[in-house]
Parts: sequence; structure tokens; C-alpha cells
Amino acid sequence: MTERLLDPTAELSPAARAPLPRLATLQGKTVGLLDINKPRGDVFLDRLQALFEERGVAVRRYSKPTMTRVAPLEVKQQIASECDAVIEALAD
Amino acid sequence: MNESEYLVFVKRDCPTCALVEPVLADLQGEGRALKVWCQDDPAFPASVTGVGEDADLEQSWRHAIETVPTVIRLEGGEERERTVGWDRAEWQRLFGADALAADLPDFRPGCGSKSVEPGMAETLALRFGDIRLDSRRVNIGELEDPFEACFERGWSDGLPLVPPTELRVVRMLAGTTREPREVLGLVPPDLQPCTVEKVAINAVMAGCKPEYLPVVIAAVEAALMDEFCMHGLLATTWFSGPMVVVNGPIARAIGMNSGGNALGQGNRANATIGRALQLVIRNVGGGRPGGVDRSTLGNPGKYTFCFAEDEEHSPWESLAVQRGFGQGQSTVTLFAADGVQGVADQKSRDPDSLCRSFAASLLAVGHTKFAFMSDAFLVVSPEHQRVFADAGWSKQQMLDRITELTTRPGADLLPGVDGIAEGMPEFVQDMDLPKFKPGGLNIVCAGGQAGLFSAIIGGWLASGDIGSAPVTREIAQ
Repeated sequence: MTERLLDPTAELSPAARAPLPRLATLQGKTVGLLDINKPRGDVFLDRLQALFEERGVAVRRYSKPTMTRVAPLEVKQQIASECDAVIEALAD
Repeated sequence: MNESEYLVFVKRDCPTCALVEPVLADLQGEGRALKVWCQDDPAFPASVTGVGEDADLEQSWRHAIETVPTVIRLEGGEERERTVGWDRAEWQRLFGADALAADLPDFRPGCGSKSVEPGMAETLALRFGDIRLDSRRVNIGELEDPFEACFERGWSDGLPLVPPTELRVVRMLAGTTREPREVLGLVPPDLQPCTVEKVAINAVMAGCKPEYLPVVIAAVEAALMDEFCMHGLLATTWFSGPMVVVNGPIARAIGMNSGGNALGQGNRANATIGRALQLVIRNVGGGRPGGVDRSTLGNPGKYTFCFAEDEEHSPWESLAVQRGFGQGQSTVTLFAADGVQGVADQKSRDPDSLCRSFAASLLAVGHTKFAFMSDAFLVVSPEHQRVFADAGWSKQQMLDRITELTTRPGADLLPGVDGIAEGMPEFVQDMDLPKFKPGGLNIVCAGGQAGLFSAIIGGWLASGDIGSAPVTREIAQ
């Protein structure tokens, strides 16, 4: 006899969420650099900023209050409204 | 009375049903509208015609039969009254037949209905009732082992799970009065809504009994409190996971262990409540090792870490009372805990000496040069409790003394001191730093009666506002 079990998971749809369209070029775009407040994340982001600016790409910096929590809604909204792309420094 | 119809529920296995057989035959012979339903043998009672077979117990369940025989009098299809067992006066009144069965004894009790045999109620409720479980059904193939199927679907923490069948989940849900669809909150890291039903499914898998469910629900609610920061706790590379301390009368009611081996294996409630919480994080929240759980080493408590405080033998007020709850209230307290570090002191007989032992050992939490980082729990065993109780020390006195003994000059904690590159930032140089933040050290009582050993349970380096603070929640019953 077949057994019927109840799904213990959140039953997330297996269909992957489609990513946003990729940028064709960075010229004239603004890139956000998000520091999640882990040690030495700033070293990584400082270097990225220098490399972007050498290439004439505008950069804006953001940070989360603590790496232990998801970014506050305000920070996410600010990044979304001011930037075309974002790079997050995850590790120390 | 002439328009009355009667339903009679019987089983052959019941001597009282056998006793009333001639009465039923007589009533039918008199032309009464009598419908007999038999639970175990359609040929019984042989002297009555038109007996209905209720082997699947649907009729018995629909009429909420608890005892056989039960006689129900209907008017226009509606129940007016019922009687159970054999009580001549009652039957005479119900049937309006004064001379009924003068040769039978006045009274015989009935027998239990098959529809209320242990475990049967939930089976029938699931088959015939309006219980609705919203979760997706997962069909297991005929040749598939359901235990293996649970592993293969990624539901397991590495140990076998009890397959969550509909029947087991319905039985689990009987442990709470809360609606299966009630949403307790969003479980990180996927921030998915967690219903009471999902908690019940994971509690079944963890091996819980239904009476543990209110504790599991409270533990899930506590884990979802913002101060506990379950998301960061799951994601951190540090060791910690949620530890559950149960206080109040429910601990004893469900047979939790607060005595010997309280932090170890062997007690079903301790083991499965902590595990159920972890399974909710894993399955509903999607938090898995190698995924969002990035712990460098983890700790065995991430399978399960749950115990009760021994309030009966403790000389002090309980953790829950300290945290503002009443003694009669049952609570769960969650702490972002690492593993257990033993403290042996078999020689101290005065509280100051024992505090010095505790303090010296507590300095090792996180790193000996760290201060104001991890919180910690100190689990004091009965023989160590006695040292303080005999000297009349309160818990606060003990905490104050340990705070003094663990306060050090910041200059001793700087990077490079003692040849160790690790250390506190330069700005602490001229400060005196207690090891723990105010409220960061908690004392609870547990353990077996023998052994001058206590336990330190260190916590996540990110404590308090920047990470996880201990949270307490009442267990709603």
C-alpha cells in the first residue's frame, strides 16, 4: 500500500525565480557597494571602488547595522532606488 | 410517541448487548421503527431483522457512540434523547413500554464502543470528519521505505524521522487547541510562514508525543522573536544553535529530565522537543548546513539541546521567575548556545572559593581575552548548589561575586598581550571589563544528586543587540 506523508517544508515552488536582466555595460551606471559590517569587508570594497572609479563607473557605499540580521528595508529600498547593480562584501 | 424512530448500536462482544437481544426482537415484533447497527458482526442480533453493518464504524462515529448498547430516539430524523447500557426504567420510558422485559435485571452497564477504542477516534475523524490539513501530500511508492523516503527528500537532520502520516499529524494536533492554520511567524532564512500544522508535522518527525506540542510551539514562537535573531544564529560560522530551557509545571507533567544526565541523552521529551525546533528551522525555514547554515564546526546540540530546570531542589528562584514570569507559569527560554564545558571543583566548601572556580573557568568562554562578547549559562549541580545554600547565598550574590572575579583591566586583554595576537580593541585599554554584559550570565539548576561538577554553556560571540539575546515565552496550553 502506498503511504501518504504530509510535506514538512514550506513547499516553495521548485520553479526558480527568474533573475533580473543583466547589465550590458557599466558605463553611465551606478554600482552600490554594501558593507555588511564584517571585519575587513571595507578593505575589499575600497579596492573595488578604486577599480570602478578608474573606469569611470559611479559608486555609492552602503552598510548594514550588523552582519547578523538581514538588511533593514530602508537600506534595501535606498540601494534599489539609487543603483543599477550592487556588490555585497560577505566574508571577513 | 408513535412517530418515534429508534437507532440501536450494539456489538456481539458485549454481554449487555446479548442480554437485550430478546427485548429488541420484541420491540421490532410490536412494530416499532427500529434500526440496529452492529459494530462487529452483521449476523448479530440474529432475532432482529434489517441489522446494519457498521464494521467501518461510520454510523457509530457520526452518532458519537461511546457505549454499547446505545438507544437513540429520533423524531422526524432528529435525535430527541438517548440512553446507554441497559436500564429498564430508562428503556421503558424511551420506548413508552411499561411492561418491557420484566424478567431481566434492572440494570447492566454497557461496554465500550469500538469507535472509541484507543487511537480509533483520530482514524475515524480523519476518514469521516471535516479535519482539513493544508500541507501538500507526498505519496511514497509501494516499494519505497517511508523512513528512507524522508531522508531522500532532505527532511532529516541526519537521524531517522518518524514518517509524518496524516493520522500521526492529526494525533499530534490533538496536543493543542490552536488552529492548524494559525501562522506563528516567518521562519528564517527563507522567511516562510510557519503554521501550527507545519510545526505538528515536524514534531511528528522529531518523535514528539502530542502533549509536547505546546512546548514545541512556544519554542518556535520564541525562536522567531526579533531579539533572538534566529537568522543570524543559523547563518553564523560560530558554533551556536538554539538551546531550550523549560520551566514550570509542564516540565514535570510531560516527564522532562532535569536530574541526572539532564543535558544528555535518554529522555524522550528533552530529546524530541529540541529536535522538533531544529527541524522546523531546517524544513520550514530552509536552513541547512552547507546552505545558509555556515557554521565552521557546529556542535552536537544542533541536533537537539533541551532540558528542564530542577526547580524542586533548587535553593533559588527559577530562571523563568528571574525573567519576570510567575512560578505557576510554564515557559521556554531560548539561548544561542555552544556546547557544554565542565567545571570540576570537589574541594570548595565555601561559596567564595567555588565562585572563584566558576569565574576562572568562565573566562575561557569564546576566548580568554574576550569580554562583553558571548553570554553564558552556568548550570549548577545539586552538590554545588548545596555549598551556596548552606551559606545562605542568593543567586544575585553569586552573580555579583562572579562579576567581580571576572572583571579585568582592559590593558590585559589587548592584542599581543601574553604573546597572543587576538584581543580586545585598543579603546578598552584604560577600562575595567567584566567578562559578561549585565544580564549576560544566567544561572540555572539541574543535574544528578552526586557529583561536584557544574556546566558552562557558552554562547554566540554576537550577543545582545548586535546578535542574539536570550528570550522567554510562556507555553500556552
